[in-house]
Amino acid sequence: MKNINLKVNLAGISLKNPLILESGCFGYGEEYQDLININELGAVVTKTITLKPKVGNPPPRLAETASGLLNSIGLANVGIELFLKEKLPYLKKFSTPIIVSIAGETTEEYLQLIQRLNEEQIAGIELNISCPNVGKKLTVAQDEDKTFGLVKAAKKQTEVPLLVKLSPNVTDITRIAKSAERAGADILSLVNTFSAMSIDVETKSPKLGGILGGLSGPAIKPIALRMLWQVRKTTSLPIIGMGGITDSRDALEFIIAGANAIGLGTAIFINPQAYQGIIKGLKDYLSRKRIDDINKVVASLNEK
Amino acid sequence: MKNMLNCYYHMLQIKAEITENTELFAQTYYQLSLKVGEISRLAKPGQFVHLRVNQKTVPLLRRPFSIHSVGEKNLQILYKVIGKGTEILAQRKKGEFLDMIGPSGNGYKLPDGKVKVVLVAGGIGVASLYFLAEELTRRSLPFVVLIGGKSREDILCRDKFKKLNVDVMVSTEDGTSGRKGLVTDLLQELLPTPHSQLPIVVYACGPTEMFKETARIARKYAVPCYLSLEKIIACGVGACQGCVINTKDGYQRVCKDGPVFDSEQIIW
Ligand SMILES: Cc1cc2nc3c(=O)[nH]c(=O)nc-3n(C[C@H](O)[C@H](O)[C@H](O)COP(=O)(O)OP(=O)(O)OC[C@H]3O[C@@H](n4cnc5c(N)ncnc54)[C@H](O)[C@@H]3O)c2cc1C
Ligand SMILES: Cc1cc2nc3c(=O)[nH]c(=O)nc-3n(C[C@H](O)[C@H](O)[C@H](O)COP(=O)(O)O)c2cc1C
Repeated sequence: MKNINLKVNLAGISLKNPLILESGCFGYGEEYQDLININELGAVVTKTITLKPKVGNPPPRLAETASGLLNSIGLANVGIELFLKEKLPYLKKFSTPIIVSIAGETTEEYLQLIQRLNEEQIAGIELNISCPNVGKKLTVAQDEDKTFGLVKAAKKQTEVPLLVKLSPNVTDITRIAKSAERAGADILSLVNTFSAMSIDVETKSPKLGGILGGLSGPAIKPIALRMLWQVRKTTSLPIIGMGGITDSRDALEFIIAGANAIGLGTAIFINPQAYQGIIKGLKDYLSRKRIDDINKVVASLNEK
Repeated sequence: MKNMLNCYYHMLQIKAEITENTELFAQTYYQLSLKVGEISRLAKPGQFVHLRVNQKTVPLLRRPFSIHSVGEKNLQILYKVIGKGTEILAQRKKGEFLDMIGPSGNGYKLPDGKVKVVLVAGGIGVASLYFLAEELTRRSLPFVVLIGGKSREDILCRDKFKKLNVDVMVSTEDGTSGRKGLVTDLLQELLPTPHSQLPIVVYACGPTEMFKETARIARKYAVPCYLSLEKIIACGVGACQGCVINTKDGYQRVCKDGPVFDSEQIIW
């Protein structure tokens, strides 16, 4: 079949295909310069940036589990000033939309970050309200009212589409999604990593320096997919679905369940070229099913 | 070859054909040879390659292995079977392909002037030091090799090093080969009487306790010492910040800022 459309539009951000490289798994982009051609992607999301540089959590920060990866990075990042000066210029060399992920300790910090970013040419700002690896407090994304308050305040200041990244570590993710929508979020990203742990039985010590970490990779895919499907039923906002996607079948599951675009995280580590196979796989699927547009597959689950 | 920004490549992702995967010692140590095209030309001693042992999600992550030697469009790694990933790798056959990224990491910082080099290898740590030894030979820099292991079977590459016409000293913990004791005992004896007027530089690779002791001895005799460290690595390109160690300059990534570090920089 000729003329298959893979373009998607997320609240005004136009993507040449629905593949997005996700926060924390793509660094600042330049690390992958020999392995990934950013111009072939729908969009990229930067590592989460904070106001001040953050050194992150004590090592060890990684543990491998059955089809999963546990991490406790703790938002290690260069901070907004160095990011704008040294990291963003690299990403701007490409035609692909750049979404900057940010996190603050307080609403005020989020707003300061947004103000600095308003001076830059970027496609969107993502509020990371769901990192499980900082402090012992609950994250904003675990509380409906806090989510509402932060998103509302952020929306007022933001001049580009506002993305909100949700946590799976909640009893009912649809309530948080609705809060974010009511407060003015333009796009929802879900999910962040699942709070989890792993133990070395020989030494009886946690495998991670931070004891608890966030689980990602194929191990979380069915749960992430369930959450996406539930959120799709409660909102009409564009959704970026992620959690364990490694190939085009995984991607299609999320799209059929209701994702307008899909995010790759851990898969980038395993196979930086995975996106190429997924794009090809999506095209082959559409062609085989005689569908001319990926958008027609979104939320197409047959529920009898 | 250049990338999309018209810069020369430093690393590549390729499908590397296995030309050899031989057991060196009963189900423990293996030597793997791969056809790697341009990667062999880019590789420097101390760098590693990041391999997928299969195409499944268990094990999920790639596994890092030091480059042991390079030839025309091929390279070798030497590995020890210690867990599920290396067990699977040992089953892979000649003619099959492995997904590989490399060369990765910084590599050994080679000495500037005329020096005498001491290589200290613990167990499978000899893997990367042999590549370094070949480079030192090419540069006509004098060196000695100290190899230690638990037992005779854990002493690898002795003959290969000897072919480079250098002194090789061996120690084993059980005394079945060479001197009974630790390889750091050999270092401790060598450094006060190096039989050389040249300044000394130490390069070491092995287990954690050996690193700490090597660093301590090097400091005692005020000789520069470089260690090739191991950590669990996820991205392998410096993006995820997962493999950090603590140094005087803060957390540093083993996969990108390392794996080789100046021992004086490391905070144990
Ligand atoms: C830069 C670098 C170069 C290396 N070079 C070589 C080499 O030349 N030859 C060689 O045999 N090995 C080398 N290693 C170690 C090798 O990567 C691990 O032995 C391998 O990843 C283990 O995989 P596995 O699935 O068999 O073990 P697993 O089942 O994953 O683990 C078995 C045990 O080993 C520990 N372990 C796992 N991965 C690592 C790791 N990356 N570093 C330290 N401990 C680990 C685990 O915590 C566990 O206790 C290198 C590691 C690094 C970081
Ligand atoms: C090492 C690592 C670091 C991450 N860092 C961030 C981060 O800084 N900000 C963020 O919003 N998500 C972060 N994530 C979460 C991912 O963006 C993604 O939501 C999650 O891993 C699930 O997708 P996956 O299974 O495809 O990896 C990180 C994930 C990993 C594995």
